[in-house]
Amino acid sequence: MDAALGLQGLSKRFPDHLALDGLTLEVPEGELFTLVGPSGCGKTTTLRLIAGFETPTAGDIFLQGQSIRHLKPFERNVSTVFQSYALFPHLNVRQNIEFGLRYRKQADHSRVSRLIEMLQLAGKEDRLPGQLSGGERQRVALARSLVLEPKVLLLDEPLAALDPILRKQVRTELRALQRKVGITFLFITHDQEEALSISDRIAVLNRGRLEQTGTPREVYLHPKTRFVAGFLGPVNWVNGVGIRPEATRLAHQPPDSNVKSIPAKVEGSLFLGNCLHVETKLSSGEAVVAEVSRLNGVFERGQDVHVWWHDHDELALPPG
Amino acid sequence: MCGGTIMMNWRSRLAEPRSLFLAPAGLFLVALFLVPLAILLYYTFLQRGAYGGVLPAFTLENWQRLVDPLYAGILYRTSLVALVSTLICLLLGFPLALFIARAERHRNLYLHLVMLPFWTSFLVRTYAWMFLLRDTGLVNTVLQATGIIKEPLPLLYNYGAVVLGLVYGYLPFMVLPLYATLERIDKSLLDAAADLGAKPLQTLWRVTLPLSAPGIAAGCVLVFIACLGAYLTPDLLGGGKTILAGTLIQNQFTNARDWPFGAALSLSMMALVVGMLYAGIGRRKERLL
Repeated sequence: MDAALGLQGLSKRFPDHLALDGLTLEVPEGELFTLVGPSGCGKTTTLRLIAGFETPTAGDIFLQGQSIRHLKPFERNVSTVFQSYALFPHLNVRQNIEFGLRYRKQADHSRVSRLIEMLQLAGKEDRLPGQLSGGERQRVALARSLVLEPKVLLLDEPLAALDPILRKQVRTELRALQRKVGITFLFITHDQEEALSISDRIAVLNRGRLEQTGTPREVYLHPKTRFVAGFLGPVNWVNGVGIRPEATRLAHQPPDSNVKSIPAKVEGSLFLGNCLHVETKLSSGEAVVAEVSRLNGVFERGQDVHVWWHDHDELALPPG
Repeated sequence: MCGGTIMMNWRSRLAEPRSLFLAPAGLFLVALFLVPLAILLYYTFLQRGAYGGVLPAFTLENWQRLVDPLYAGILYRTSLVALVSTLICLLLGFPLALFIARAERHRNLYLHLVMLPFWTSFLVRTYAWMFLLRDTGLVNTVLQATGIIKEPLPLLYNYGAVVLGLVYGYLPFMVLPLYATLERIDKSLLDAAADLGAKPLQTLWRVTLPLSAPGIAAGCVLVFIACLGAYLTPDLLGGGKTILAGTLIQNQFTNARDWPFGAALSLSMMALVVGMLYAGIGRRKERLL
């Protein structure tokens, strides 16, 4: 079976820079797939190319095996949830949701009511976008796209406009919604925690190039490049070996000889409630941060300790 | 937030004596607009003097004459000419404003070009039209020389010429407010419409047009009022056969020496405009509620 969405050698050159440089990827049917990377990595360009708002300089885009490169945006069976939501300010909630239906041959209007119900917009059908909260606007934008049952739903940082507390809650809801409707979601974010927490699969982009794809677990635990390792979370680099702070252990006594261990001095310690954030310095001068349970003991500035870790917690980067 | 509010109060109460700022324009308007308007209103209830001016004798005759088919007809034709000119301005101005608003560059250049005609005298430009349109004018000369027509076309001294002159003169008043609203429309809304399956013309009809309604209203009001009160263009391009309100009023104060009736005509035109504006605003308020 063909992937829901395929990108092949997709490139986009703007007059002043190369935004996307030969991106090849496959988004499996029915998954929540996330493009993550720092700003300027090409993720928004990728989304605009798929939606058809930009034309690729090179490469091709396939929707269920069919090239859509030459189709106009209104001919592509994908739909976008914009970062700003882009709701039509002169239309009420229901009119916004129904906007695209009249351009479909077989428009199922009962879906409108179902989505209004599902996205908790009941009773707000007659409101204008200006009278809605940020979360409600986002749900209208989702409904407006989902009602068309696109082959792929493109979401451009849909959580960025929400306040931090709401963001985590909506993130969970979004994940549940995707499972419920079963539509392939291509999600874009610059927030690695968001990417790790909601995705079936992640593609990490950097400077217009694909660094790695995989499940959240794969890319976090087995990053293929130093960039991926560092972008998805903090890393201690000791003699060229990477260890995540949460896998870095501390002991007052030398640990067993079958684990790697280096003597260090505590530089400082932060009490974070659920854990301790301990900064240490190795005799070689390298700084190592350990996130340890407060049950592991007390670590105070100036104490001599032993930093140790299990071999299997090392981030095994391919050589080079 | 709190500090900001205090700062603002402090500013408005101490640093900015706002009522003083109103004084220059306020005094100017009272002395040179409201007072003359009151005098005008007073004149409408007086009788005409034999050689111009007014006789201090009360009458309602000047207002009653407004319904005389002769004068009512002129007011009606004036409104019609203004309406047609406004609609043509809208039809020409909207695509132009849209073009400028969507231009990737040179927008200021285009806007300057739209305003360029303002830099020369309106009178001179109107005379230029007369030279173009008259029987021995450029258009007829060229058409005759090329053998397309034998007799000169009647291009001048009719309603067509008046509408042409009005559209030419007031098109910028339509383009500028339209540009201002079109330019402000969030581009992502156009992307969203296309994304939801709307073709460019459908997007224009369902998104761009409704969102530019304030600009359309502002442009139409500006052009319509300007056309309604136009005197120079109808007088020069329309000639004696197409009397419109501006010429009619001018006549009352000059040739006809009937100041009271001229005053009544002036005020009725003003009432018409103010009435339409309020009707428009009232309807808008209703829609918001």
